[in-house]
Amino acid sequence: MVGTTIKNREAELNVFRNRIIVATICILIGFVILATRLVYLQVVKRDQFYTMAEANRISVVPVVPNRGVVYDRNGEVLAANYSAFTLEVTPSKVKHLDKVLDELAGIVDIQPKDRRRFKRLLEESKNFESLPIRNRLTEEEVARFVVNRYRFPGFDIRARLFRNYPFGEVASHAIGYIGRINDADLKKIESTNLLSNYKGTDHIGKLGIEGSYETELHGTTGSEQVEIDSGGRAIRSLAKSEPIAGNNLKTTLDIKLQKVAEEAFGEFRGAMVAMDPHTGEILAFVSKPGFDPNLFVDGIDPVNWNLLNTSLDRPLTNRALSGQYPPGSTIKPFMALAALENGKRTPEYSIVDPGQWFLPGVARPFRDWKKGGHGVVNLHKSIVVSCDTYYYGLGNDLGIDRINSFMTPFGFGSKNGIDVEGEQTGLMPSQEWKQKRLKQKWYAGDTISVSIGQGYWLATPLQLATATAILANGGTQVTPHMLKEVINSKTGAKQGFRPPPQAHMNFKPENLQLVRQGMVDVLQPGGTAWRAAIGAGYKIAGKTGTAQVIGMKAGEKYNEKLVKERFRDHAWFIAYAPADDPKIALALLVENGGHGGSIAAPIAREIFDFFLLGKKPDPETRKKRDYDLSDSD
Amino acid sequence: MTLATAIERVFDTITRRLDGPLTVVIVVLMAISLSVVYSASGGDTFDRMLGQARNFTVAFIAMWIVANMPPQTLMRLAIPIYVVGLTLLVGVALFGEIRNGARRWLHIGFINIQPSEIMKLGTPLLLAWYFHRKEEGLNWKDYAIAGLILMLPTGLVVRQPDLGTSILIFSAGFFVLFFAGLSWKLLITGLVGGLALLPVVWNYLLHDYQKLRVMTLLDPMNDPLGAGYHIIQSTIAIGSGGILGKGWLSGSQAQLDFIPERSTDFILAVFGEEFGLIGTLLLLALYLIIVGRGFMIAMNAPTTFSRLLAAAITLSFFTYVFVNIGMVSGILPVVGVPLPLMSYGGTAILSMCIGFGMLMSISTHKQLVST
Repeated sequence: MVGTTIKNREAELNVFRNRIIVATICILIGFVILATRLVYLQVVKRDQFYTMAEANRISVVPVVPNRGVVYDRNGEVLAANYSAFTLEVTPSKVKHLDKVLDELAGIVDIQPKDRRRFKRLLEESKNFESLPIRNRLTEEEVARFVVNRYRFPGFDIRARLFRNYPFGEVASHAIGYIGRINDADLKKIESTNLLSNYKGTDHIGKLGIEGSYETELHGTTGSEQVEIDSGGRAIRSLAKSEPIAGNNLKTTLDIKLQKVAEEAFGEFRGAMVAMDPHTGEILAFVSKPGFDPNLFVDGIDPVNWNLLNTSLDRPLTNRALSGQYPPGSTIKPFMALAALENGKRTPEYSIVDPGQWFLPGVARPFRDWKKGGHGVVNLHKSIVVSCDTYYYGLGNDLGIDRINSFMTPFGFGSKNGIDVEGEQTGLMPSQEWKQKRLKQKWYAGDTISVSIGQGYWLATPLQLATATAILANGGTQVTPHMLKEVINSKTGAKQGFRPPPQAHMNFKPENLQLVRQGMVDVLQPGGTAWRAAIGAGYKIAGKTGTAQVIGMKAGEKYNEKLVKERFRDHAWFIAYAPADDPKIALALLVENGGHGGSIAAPIAREIFDFFLLGKKPDPETRKKRDYDLSDSD
Repeated sequence: MTLATAIERVFDTITRRLDGPLTVVIVVLMAISLSVVYSASGGDTFDRMLGQARNFTVAFIAMWIVANMPPQTLMRLAIPIYVVGLTLLVGVALFGEIRNGARRWLHIGFINIQPSEIMKLGTPLLLAWYFHRKEEGLNWKDYAIAGLILMLPTGLVVRQPDLGTSILIFSAGFFVLFFAGLSWKLLITGLVGGLALLPVVWNYLLHDYQKLRVMTLLDPMNDPLGAGYHIIQSTIAIGSGGILGKGWLSGSQAQLDFIPERSTDFILAVFGEEFGLIGTLLLLALYLIIVGRGFMIAMNAPTTFSRLLAAAITLSFFTYVFVNIGMVSGILPVVGVPLPLMSYGGTAILSMCIGFGMLMSISTHKQLVST
């Protein structure tokens, strides 16, 4: 039998006393161990540690790894590093900082801008950090400072790596930028247990690819044991473990195409997402206006920061991901497909369009954009001329819940899973949603507005691009993404990035064919965007659309020449090309552009021309671009 | 009744249940802590020090309340405390809030609690109660049940993961078993078995960061920027203090921000640098007095319950001291164990003082029970 059996109290007490004695002995041994250790540290090793503490204050310094380079799909550099000298100061080591700075200004050029930025850094940081006063010193300045260094304890020149974005504003929302690590970043780093890897690192990816792939790009921090004199300067290196540079990233972007696309927008604000319809690889990603990411690298100075933040054009907003707009008539092909697949419409079914439509029991008419209507309209024509009346009846027959369940797999109403941050879900309404959010019953009239992409329905340019890609590839869901491959900095090994394969929606081929033919004929004479395709040499399938900015009363005539520019409608255009073998699918929105056919479609044409034919747009034809506004919706 | 006797009465009511020697040492330690916390916060702000003073006040009141409960009440509370603590631990595992990669906190209404703290006292309390009931004759079954009482909270806390606290809970409960007379044969078998299981624990149970800490102890330069940095800097700080210390507010390592967590787990580094060997040995002596007094209380305790509880609390207290000083001076791995009555932090001080309250309750109520 295992265990102790105790029969009487006396024996139990004896055992207890014995155990107390044993415990006491253990405790005394423990205290002796601790005391010995303390004596060892504080008496035997005292001198060594005292020297280390006083003369050689820091013994280990981090060696920051090179950040990975970002390339476009053809190997063009989008973000890279360069080395430059900075003048830095540890504020705790300097008594009268302002006075010393004045003195220093005689040796190194210090602008008011530099002082402003330094002041901001000073407020944000701890006293023991080394903070940059001037970046990118010239060699002459370095030489002058080194000679005078003895006069400026606490100041030092360091070689630091800077980030450079050679294309400036181009693709700024896709590439993102790096900026100084702030408190929020620090919390994020702490929560992932990466704090020691960020010792010595000042910058972190904030947005776009720089932000999403921070862990790939950052690399592993090395360390160096250095002896440092009482002034805080390294005297000699004792040991070093090399850092491991961050991995290089090849993105799916085509920077040349990107440039063409951004130029095609001209002065307009807006967004455009172009992708490979089969893989979801983003070829170009526009959000206009952009910003110059290079401004953020040294710590943006307050003046520029205010400018970016207060501008009416909101250049820091990523419109392609977070702009939520009514999709307008661009969803008509999807609605047509929904009706065909659900057996609510046949290709032959036609209406005679009087220019307005009545919901049974409602006196107020729903009007078509074209006064007097389009005459006899079947499904094909309804897409080509963008007949609203046709879709009022169609949407009413389908009902909101069927519309919702058909559109959801296209990515409407949910995040599409793109690999950069900031995506909004848009809104794909349903009865349940309205009950839950607005505490209101769904009315039949709500469905009618949704049928032409107005009302509660909101979509981001990215969502429309994804949906267009699905239509172009025949019904396979795609995950839009910007990373093509990761190139290991150490081994050079390339690892391709591909999001997990997605579900296929089984549409009847004849239905799909019918809808696609309608989209092709949108760019043929008689279609709403026909002028944009003149002389293309390849077939484009597309659909125009308009997102209303201000609500119009029923029957009120809209005269856009009288409406101020900011209140003009947004112009949509979705398209893919070549129509019979799609290589590129896109959605683009021109803010306050008016109508899709005349403003948005020609931009798409320039993008297609360059991507498919390598044709650079001719500035003359752009000038002569037809601004005839009679083509509507 | 004169004013003098009235004051005497009140004074007596307040101090009657406080154990003299323990109270004196505790108050001295608290005073030292306040001065070191002030120094560790840079010597230019009172925020931290006042916060610590508030922690001490709350803890002292809690200690007084517990000291005024007779041990019988503590016995009655044993099961409820353990059950509530265990339920909360399960709650943490299911709904706990994740901070710094570990699930330790439970958000109830408006407060965040760390149920593992409750079990540091709850586990030995229940085990002492259990052995008290089984006073007459212990067999292997009793030890099996005791083992279960011990392993349930330990296991849940290991899973959080919080290695440091789980070790403390385990040892607090294990000490009860030890004092209850768990046979040497079993003790040694357990010890050898535990050592044999180490590779399994290493490979399957420890998280990477925990392994890193052990590796760091063996070779601090292995991760000089992370965990190793703490040990290197704290040993430099302590060592550079020498015999006499650099003086209050004058420790360069402490003042220049080289010591991480310098008002919490690593407070000894600040103290050692500024007060030297004289200070650290004095501190050890104060801790030794508490341990000695604790064992005296245990030896004189009238019942099995109070004996076991007092001895286990005392030995746990020593464990805290040993693990923390061992860690800060670089002979034990870095686990998050505060230095008793010194480190900044409300919860740890509170549970420590409730433990002292139990010791005092046992010490001052024994006449009533034994007569």
